Amino acid sequence: MALYEAVIGLEVHAQLRTRSKLFCSCSTAFGAAPNTNVCEVCSGMPGVLPVPNARAVEYAARMGMAVNCTVNPVSVFARKNYFYPDLPKGYQISQFETPICEHGHLDITVNGQTRRIGITRIHMEDDAGKNIHSAGDNASYVDLNRSGVPLIEIVSEPDMRSAEEAVAYLKALHAIVVYLGVCDGNMEEGSFRCDANVSIRPKGQQEFGTRAELKNLNSFRNVQRAIEYEIARQQDVLEDGDAVVQETRLYDAVKNVTVSMRGKEEAHDYRYFPDPDLMPVRIAAEDLARWRADLPELPQARRARLMEQHGLSEQDAEVLTADRALADFFEAATAVCGQPKKVSNMMQGALLRELNQRAVTVDAIAMRPEALGELVRIVEAGLISAKIANDIFGELLESGAMPEAFVKERGLVQISDTSAIETAVDEAIAENPAEVEAYKGGKTKLISFFMGQIMRKTKGKANPALVTELLQKKLG
Amino acid sequence: MTTISTEQVAAIARLARLAPDEAQLETFARQFGDILGYMEMLNGLDTTGVEPLYSPVQHATALRPDEAAPRCTREDVLRNAPEADQEFFIVPRIV
Amino acid sequence: MSDTSTAIVSLSLADVRDRLARRELTAEQVTAACLDRIAATEPAIAALLTNRGEAVLAEARALDGAGPDPAKPLWGVPLTVKDALTTAGTRTTCGSRILGDFTPHYDAFAVARLREAGAVILGKTNMDEFAMGSSTENSAFAPTRNPWNVARVPGGSSGGSAASVAAGQCFGSLGTDTGGSIRQPASLCGCVGLKPTYGRVSRFGLVAYGSSLDQIGPLTRTVEDAALLLSVIAGHDPRDATSAALPVDDYMGALAARKDLSGVRIGVPREFRGEGIDPEVSAACQAALDKAQELGASIVDVELPHTPYSIAAYYIIAPAEASSNLARFDGVRYGRRAESPRDLADLYVRSRAEGFGDEVQRRIMLGTYVLSSGYYDAYYRKAAQVRRLIREDYEKALARCDVLCGPASPVTAWGLGELTSDPLKMYMMDVFTLSLNLAGLPGLCIPVGMGGRSGMPVGLQMLGRAFGEGDLLAAANVLSGALGVPGVAPACEGA
Repeated sequence: MALYEAVIGLEVHAQLRTRSKLFCSCSTAFGAAPNTNVCEVCSGMPGVLPVPNARAVEYAARMGMAVNCTVNPVSVFARKNYFYPDLPKGYQISQFETPICEHGHLDITVNGQTRRIGITRIHMEDDAGKNIHSAGDNASYVDLNRSGVPLIEIVSEPDMRSAEEAVAYLKALHAIVVYLGVCDGNMEEGSFRCDANVSIRPKGQQEFGTRAELKNLNSFRNVQRAIEYEIARQQDVLEDGDAVVQETRLYDAVKNVTVSMRGKEEAHDYRYFPDPDLMPVRIAAEDLARWRADLPELPQARRARLMEQHGLSEQDAEVLTADRALADFFEAATAVCGQPKKVSNMMQGALLRELNQRAVTVDAIAMRPEALGELVRIVEAGLISAKIANDIFGELLESGAMPEAFVKERGLVQISDTSAIETAVDEAIAENPAEVEAYKGGKTKLISFFMGQIMRKTKGKANPALVTELLQKKLG
Repeated sequence: MTTISTEQVAAIARLARLAPDEAQLETFARQFGDILGYMEMLNGLDTTGVEPLYSPVQHATALRPDEAAPRCTREDVLRNAPEADQEFFIVPRIV
Repeated sequence: MSDTSTAIVSLSLADVRDRLARRELTAEQVTAACLDRIAATEPAIAALLTNRGEAVLAEARALDGAGPDPAKPLWGVPLTVKDALTTAGTRTTCGSRILGDFTPHYDAFAVARLREAGAVILGKTNMDEFAMGSSTENSAFAPTRNPWNVARVPGGSSGGSAASVAAGQCFGSLGTDTGGSIRQPASLCGCVGLKPTYGRVSRFGLVAYGSSLDQIGPLTRTVEDAALLLSVIAGHDPRDATSAALPVDDYMGALAARKDLSGVRIGVPREFRGEGIDPEVSAACQAALDKAQELGASIVDVELPHTPYSIAAYYIIAPAEASSNLARFDGVRYGRRAESPRDLADLYVRSRAEGFGDEVQRRIMLGTYVLSSGYYDAYYRKAAQVRRLIREDYEKALARCDVLCGPASPVTAWGLGELTSDPLKMYMMDVFTLSLNLAGLPGLCIPVGMGGRSGMPVGLQMLGRAFGEGDLLAAANVLSGALGVPGVAPACEGA
């Protein structure tokens, strides 16, 4: 790759998190029985008309603001005409000449280098339905539940130069849509999906090479691997003295190759024109001002602030800011105990473990951030051991109980009374003369054996620092 | 005089998913030549700087509140289908 | 047909409505009279695509059982509806084979308004396929014939509605007007036809032809009846983003308030007087204008200088929109599917090629062409610019007068088959009507007498300001009252 440079642009489709579809009142809920979230409008019956969803417009505008776009106070819906069984009207309602947002950018950092990726435009459009292909009976089945679901398409400039940059950009966009709450970011359900335009050119050349459009990239990993494969493939083509063909290529994740769709699709002429059923969408200046005012702190800025303000490492800050609710949780917990690093550790350890086990997100649990903060505080204050904290974490998460009251009620409070611990230490020494001899003979690692004995006797409640101190004193 | 070839008509027909036969292609080509020829009169009109008017409507689109409410049943949606089962529209296998 | 039935169907809508409300007539009697009239005239004129027949008698009896309702301004009044409007539970074909037996579960907004007002919907009227035509000969089923002379066309595309009203099958009908499709058949059939301002009546449930041009309106035998129907169907509909949120004027009040034409300035555009108008049409229209002056109106010379470009602009814009609107007829979800398609491509192409008639295919292809890559600016955008100039012409003219007048059609009804071979010549028949749709303004056609040569009805078109239907109807009511209306046509063979 020394001789060539890759040029990559991404087209990202994000499903807006609205209750109803873009142009009708059907539900957008995922996973409903086939064709049950469908009406005369989204099934393209004769005589029906579209009426745009106010929240979709708001979400598209908010996204534009978050990626430094100009939000056009007047934008125009246009029809994109083509035939396909999952496209009931025979056209998609999209935006063409005047999209809702234009001229934005997003900064990404890869290997310590920060690069600015241009965002050409963001436009609103309605999604198509779904065709299910049956091998058995030579038929395809059409489900229109998804037909009419609101999407934004975020089109980047061809500003990325490697698969890593493309993934970093995509992850940054993903974090933003989720942060804003305009998209649930679920890539498996197709709420957030990506096509990549990839070309290569000799280093130093200004003109772009011929590009291929890669489709079916439904995970960050696939985006990375597909682009890497495609760059290598195009390089081979050029080195063989052949020319890259402008075409759409489908990524096959199982074989890790991209496959030409040539012949399977014909030349498109979408015949865009302003949709005569929809007048231009005007956004009032007050609405724009209000949305701008309550734009949340975005992941990048928040990451920097967490590092600066709480002394977190870049890696910790990245994990905690990947999800807005997680970052909110962190800050609320830290406010309670004033121990950001301990909170970060407990969240990345016990909390993420328990969340993953339950396959839930942090906003779906009973535990409040104040509880986690209190838990950190009582561990640090020596009220309970870290081990106990870890053991009871699942219960606290489920019940939402406040930790201090919980441990007191359960009798889990750590024993810090020297006389009580001393009895246990004495017993352990008396019961294990051989180990005492060995310890005195220089096997000092046996201290952890004694620690284990004492913890068993005290049911884990002995303050480990006190035990160590006493053992060292008594074993001489 | 505008002339439209039968090949051009055939290409347009493909885009529009229509399939005129040879005789129709020739008729359409001749008629399109006449009609488009007539439309050439527009070229004689200077419209520099005139903002296109795509709709007589003066108001902006009124937006709909984001409320989900079913409008009809699946039976209503599938009732008129040339081929369907209880759940899906059915078409010849794609690809 | 009994004498009673004949007497009933000769009444105006307003008259029968009042008699029904006073229980001088029952809804069943009135509906039965209409069904009799349909049975007597339908073989000669073929105005209906769907005749709901006996089913409507049960509806009428149910109305009689419940009794008149002052909240229902059309209580018990039998009407017909153009088959371009969806009717829940009743087949809707739009004059095309491609819709098959499509039976929607939803009413068009205007149809729902009629039902809520207590009207009885007798059936669906014939039309040029997808409203593309000026003679109703493009119906996929059968041509409708003019009830004043069944050898002649009724005009189109709402020819079935006009014929149905003129023949006394019903007391009024809803038509649709994209380039004159209400006004021109009203003119050719001697009835009143109103195309409201674009946005005055919701298009929800109107099977779209040219979305930025289509508008629903009434066809009736009197101006007052048209005002009555418009009062019912006008209004804002949240399901149509192009429908206007403006309040609906009191049209009946506007009619009652005007007794003559004093103070009314009638503009006669130079371009609506030019060559190509049949002398019998010119003569009847001139006589009507003379009558208007007698009634107190003043005549003003005005210009609509871009009128010569309107046919070209219209036949770019309307087919372009149609090519996209008609893409949904693909044989997948409803309507006609070709027999045993080989594959998906074959399903699309054969369903559409077999399902659409020639004129529809011609306009779909024309529209596809003018929108296609490389041609958009030269055709579609250019036509949209011309459209603005045409509207500005109207605005300037209507600043100098209150109403514009001219013929609705350059000729009276022509013979069946006379123009079918030359589409461009047929398009030229719309010259006086379609610029109004480009401008989005309201227009009304009233009968002004029979042509001296043909003996067929001549209509005068009266055009007004946006949302000025009240003024327009009031002026038309005075003039039409003075001129008289032709009433119910004979509608039989050899008439």
